[in-house]
Amino acid sequence: MLIYADNAATTAVSKKALEAMLPYFTEHYGNASSIHRVGQEANKALQQARAEIAAILGAEPKELIFTSGGSESDNQAIISAALQGAKKGKKHIISSKIEHHAVLHVLDKLEKEGYDITLLDVSPEGLVSPESVEKAIREDTALVTIMFANNEIGTIEPIKEIGEICRKHGVIFHTDAVQAVGHVPINVKEMNIDMLSFSAHKFHGPKGIGGLYVRKGIRLLPLIEGGAQERGLRAGTENVAAVVGMAAALKEQVENMEKNAEKLTKMRDRLIDSILKEVPRVRLNGDRVKRLPGNVNFCFEGIEGEALLLMLDNLGICGSSGSACTSGSLDPSHVLLAIGLPHEIAHGSLRLTFSEYNTEEEIDYIIKVIPQVVKRLRDMSPMWERIVKEEA
Amino acid sequence: MLYSDKVMDHFMNPRNVGKIDDADGVGEVGNAKCGDIMKVYIKVDNDIITDVKFNTFGCASAIATSSIATEMIKGKPISEALKLTNKAVVEALDGLPPVKIHCSVLAEEAVKAAIADYYKKIGKEPDPEIFSCTGCCESCGAEGAHSH
Repeated sequence: MLIYADNAATTAVSKKALEAMLPYFTEHYGNASSIHRVGQEANKALQQARAEIAAILGAEPKELIFTSGGSESDNQAIISAALQGAKKGKKHIISSKIEHHAVLHVLDKLEKEGYDITLLDVSPEGLVSPESVEKAIREDTALVTIMFANNEIGTIEPIKEIGEICRKHGVIFHTDAVQAVGHVPINVKEMNIDMLSFSAHKFHGPKGIGGLYVRKGIRLLPLIEGGAQERGLRAGTENVAAVVGMAAALKEQVENMEKNAEKLTKMRDRLIDSILKEVPRVRLNGDRVKRLPGNVNFCFEGIEGEALLLMLDNLGICGSSGSACTSGSLDPSHVLLAIGLPHEIAHGSLRLTFSEYNTEEEIDYIIKVIPQVVKRLRDMSPMWERIVKEEA
Repeated sequence: MLYSDKVMDHFMNPRNVGKIDDADGVGEVGNAKCGDIMKVYIKVDNDIITDVKFNTFGCASAIATSSIATEMIKGKPISEALKLTNKAVVEALDGLPPVKIHCSVLAEEAVKAAIADYYKKIGKEPDPEIFSCTGCCESCGAEGAHSH
């Protein structure tokens, strides 16, 4: 039995996406910048993919550039807005404490270079309040960047409301939508989004390709210089096969979004309800309702996440954790700490993220196995012994 | 794979898991904030560690180092158990990733803490050179040790 429940990390490439890509490796392998027919064939595919993806997001094709993925898109959006803000004397940026490191590390760097960074607190469910955004906006605010949905706890942020506030105050609003695109409905125009990052491998497209939407009228600066590709905003020969695969994957995801979300929400809620009922001293992280359809994130008291992950892996279940041991650092996940969890509880986190490729039978198996594995680890945990003693 | 087969074996099938109700010495090191706590119970007869059990809260390497450390001191005279080093624990496990070395230090300290407790019970003064662990992650200063 192999159950892949780490779809927030990456997904399998869909059959349709793979099939769409294949001819662009061997038949239409041209450089999209070449004038000849082989090049123009590639260019045609590139522009068609751009038009398709833009339409799905509610954008114009010209408002979309292709990048190597979410991290690059986040870097470019933030650095670009920061540099241009500074020219007008605006060196203040607002974000949240639960952003992906592709955002937070860029902000750290900017702070060292003299920018003023405000990282907003979130609610215990991981929600950023639009009021707190409005309160934080100043005369010199150059950018607000708030993620669409959190990669660890799955909480979906009130993006439309935050966008409205930014628009009202004339501040650029960027959202890292890497976990959201292809999974929840998004329309950049209706949601008042100025810039949006996305990545193909989170929705059954290939790795190493993504995009950045930039609203007409907002100037973007290139991170990578050296060519006229992407209208001079991202140099480097376009990865046409990957772009074609991304468009095919996104199209398929959006066509089935409602059906998939319904299936995943049902599976997710059954798993959550069952674990909360079967296992003592466990908590669900993230908002119960404003949540990505495929995201489940628990903290089990008295045990450590990496041990839990490896035991589950041994039983065929592949998940992830925000424990310090799995993050490779000494502290547990910044997201779990930001929602107010103490270190000792955050160490016991388990994230399972599903896609429509998962089945109800897999959920049955997970529901059966988790309580056993948690019990096994708790039985040998002096911390659990202490918790039980304190309870008695 | 992140871990050696030996580590995985001791993690999946830990030896000497449990408690000893009438233990002659009990040592607990680490803390919950750092994410690992080890508790070692020993039974001593005629200066020989006749039985040893452990309980560990922590990652796979914390459980594996506890397991192999108990195996390495079981049936040994106390003088020999005191010579157990974290390096020996790491070698016995065919190596640990650098960030996990502190787990082996914790295992060494847990064994020593249990012996220190036994010494206290029989009224013997422990050697402060040997028993340096204060239960805090920073006290040993080992590579990869937690610091807060």
